[in-house]
Amino acid sequence: MEAVATDNTTQGVAGALDQYLTFMLDGEEYGVDILSVREIRGWDSATPVPNAPKHVKGVINLRGTIVPLIDLRERFNLEPLEYGPMTVVIVLNVNTDKGEKTMGIVVDAVSDVYSISADDMRDPPDLGDSVDTNYIKGLVNVQEKMVILLEIDRFLNADRLPTSSDYGLDA
Amino acid sequence: MSVDMSQFHQVFFEESLEGLDIMEQGLLALEPGSQDLETIGAIFRAAHSIKGGSGTFGFGEVAEFTHILETLLDEIRDGQRVLTGEAINLFLQSVDCLRSMFDSLQTETPLDMESANALHKQFEAMLHGTDAAADTSEAVDASGAPENDAPASTGWVVTFKPDLDLLRTGNEPVRMFRELEAFGEVTAHCDLEKLPTLGTLTPEECYLSWTLEIVTDEPVESIKEVFEWVEDESDLTYAPLGTKVEAESAVETADGNEAVPQVDADVPETAPEAAAVAPAATAAPDVAKRSEAAAAVVKANSGKKPDTSIRVSTDKIDALINMVGELVITQSMLGTLGENFTMANLHKLQQGLEQLEHNTRELQESVMRIRMLPISFTFNRFPRLVRDMSQAMGKSIELLIEGEGTELDKTVMEKIGDPLVHLVRNSLDHGIEMPEDRLAAGKPETGQIKLNAFHQGGSIVIEISDDGKGLDADAILAKARKNGLVAPDQELSTNQIHELIFEAGLSTAAAVTDVSGRGVGMDVVRKNINELGGGIEIESAKGVGTTMRVRLPLTLAILDGQLVRVGTHTYIFPIINIIESLQVKTEQINQIAGGSEVMRLRDEYIPVVRLYDVFQIDADSTRLEDGLVVVLEFDNEKVAVAVDDLLSQQQVVIKSLETNYEKVDGVSGATILGDGTVAMILDIQSLIRMAGVRQSHIQKTISL
Repeated sequence: MEAVATDNTTQGVAGALDQYLTFMLDGEEYGVDILSVREIRGWDSATPVPNAPKHVKGVINLRGTIVPLIDLRERFNLEPLEYGPMTVVIVLNVNTDKGEKTMGIVVDAVSDVYSISADDMRDPPDLGDSVDTNYIKGLVNVQEKMVILLEIDRFLNADRLPTSSDYGLDA
Repeated sequence: MSVDMSQFHQVFFEESLEGLDIMEQGLLALEPGSQDLETIGAIFRAAHSIKGGSGTFGFGEVAEFTHILETLLDEIRDGQRVLTGEAINLFLQSVDCLRSMFDSLQTETPLDMESANALHKQFEAMLHGTDAAADTSEAVDASGAPENDAPASTGWVVTFKPDLDLLRTGNEPVRMFRELEAFGEVTAHCDLEKLPTLGTLTPEECYLSWTLEIVTDEPVESIKEVFEWVEDESDLTYAPLGTKVEAESAVETADGNEAVPQVDADVPETAPEAAAVAPAATAAPDVAKRSEAAAAVVKANSGKKPDTSIRVSTDKIDALINMVGELVITQSMLGTLGENFTMANLHKLQQGLEQLEHNTRELQESVMRIRMLPISFTFNRFPRLVRDMSQAMGKSIELLIEGEGTELDKTVMEKIGDPLVHLVRNSLDHGIEMPEDRLAAGKPETGQIKLNAFHQGGSIVIEISDDGKGLDADAILAKARKNGLVAPDQELSTNQIHELIFEAGLSTAAAVTDVSGRGVGMDVVRKNINELGGGIEIESAKGVGTTMRVRLPLTLAILDGQLVRVGTHTYIFPIINIIESLQVKTEQINQIAGGSEVMRLRDEYIPVVRLYDVFQIDADSTRLEDGLVVVLEFDNEKVAVAVDDLLSQQQVVIKSLETNYEKVDGVSGATILGDGTVAMILDIQSLIRMAGVRQSHIQKTISL
């Protein structure tokens, strides 16, 4: 719903601003819609989920709710980084086919909050079939830096979290 | 002003279904010819409120159907009519029919009016037919009925001139007209004479008046009832429609209305015949129809239902509020203590924390209690079931119910209903013998089925016992041998033979009936009960009777867990599944071709699952004899799970992994331990399956 609403406003009214929370990942700056951010917390050890894909670091207890954590570095096939005091978990509300889910993404560090107009957003260049740009909402220039805006609903949803049965065969 | 009525629908449905329950229970308590006015009154009131409500909410079909029911009940209540066994049967069927109507309305599927119309006709036949019969047999009664005779014309003309402030008192003419439509065809003429010009019009005042023609054979009292609430606020006149038609027929050419009186006049003559035929005709299809109705109900139940709600007694809420009050006091005490804390206050702090723990536990318990309902909610359906089925089978059966006040979690209750029905049906069909057989066996003619529920430890036990013929161990064994479930030379104890009835594809009923005997069922029953974390035992003696004992956890939200450790990971086994834990010796373990391992435990071979292997984690040691194995049972299958160590036992609150993640194989849920970390609760059934998958996978690898 939120995504739809923001889409409408950005397309309908020129210059309407959306706020994005940006974070660092391997030197690049990524942004997510701030309305989907529930909280930001430090990294705390998670309980591993049996037979989960590598990027699912486990589940944590978020005030009585069980929330899975996803390492975005490993999700993007980047070199994993040792978790340190700067490692941050961004807890997001994600709309999936099965309703709203709460998930945490592990990132290197939280950066800033930018107000970005839809007009300034550029579509990602076509990188060929080898790179799936489906979950990139757009690229935007902020103070001469490129920020990659993620379509978080699509990205965590289309990427269905595989169950162990998918992995059972190659185990 | 228009109010969105749909927001009240859910409440109305719930109330109506409760009303239907009241009607059903009342009807079951009534004997033919009974004069128990209190019970009849209760049934009547329930029917009346259903009719009123459905009229208000625009469920015309329900209102119409209930109306005729109500008319009959009213006459019975007034003593104008004797309550026959046939009438009770019809009423019970209509309860079923209404229930399925409500189910359809709730799920917004089209109403199945077929059974409703059939019942409607039967009611009508009874209403008119026995009226006439009563007239001939009891002359006195006829004097009570003239009002019924008089309106047998065509209908009524009502002039309805409401006062200006009718609308202000919350009355809505349209709703009343809709209610009138339930009686028959309504033609309304609106008189706009008093309507002022737009400038002087006050929108909240009612300037309109109506002349209504209702084509019906309802007595004028029914019409008056509709206008009961507005009598004081309007001018109302009632006149028979016929007179008006006659008066007007001079002017207008005769229309369809005139034909109606003739048709109606014929009814009293044909009705007695119809009534005479009806009982014979209804008797046979009765059973079939009922099971059809039951099937319809089941079908509707499986469909999507809106949010469910629960009724909680005020006592429970009050207790909860008290406890929250105490919690707040403790919290403020601790707060004050924390403001300028010195070590001198340490004792006080400890005391406060103790109190907090006490409060929290009590609060948890009472919140859990809110979900607990007396098992009578489930047991209440059995008198009806036993009555209908024993009639259908020509058996004489008495049902005893004990412990209906025993409380059980609502979710468990909803899921245990169907298995229990199956067990009771089994007792009825296979257990209790025909009356003549019982007499021949020296037993009382009337068989007995007893339902009992009680708490035992942390579980609830439900017993279904009958004094029927018991299980025939020889017949079961013979059948099992024939089906290949048991090897010809295999010897089994009586208990083991009794256990066989839970196997799929085994039925010893001589003939397959529509009730049971198809050999599907008991295995499903046991599966369902196992899924709830419970178990079923059977105790039977040939010729004496059978007792089925179902053991269930009190709630699905909390589980008694055994914490185990594998490497650095903590997992939880449900204690109910654990049979024993032991250290194994190397010679107890055997490798079977294909890479699977079995453990010999006394005279059994049990497959071994290495938890570190299926979950792909690191354990302290890969040697089984260094750790422990936990022998678990699920659905009569045993599995030995290798772990590093056993930790404590504790009650854990079950949290869903699926809420924010996905279903994980081998895990039924998660919980939060005392230190705030998450631990996985293991799913025995899927562990057994995973062990099998892995083994076949290894086999595949080897063959490659």
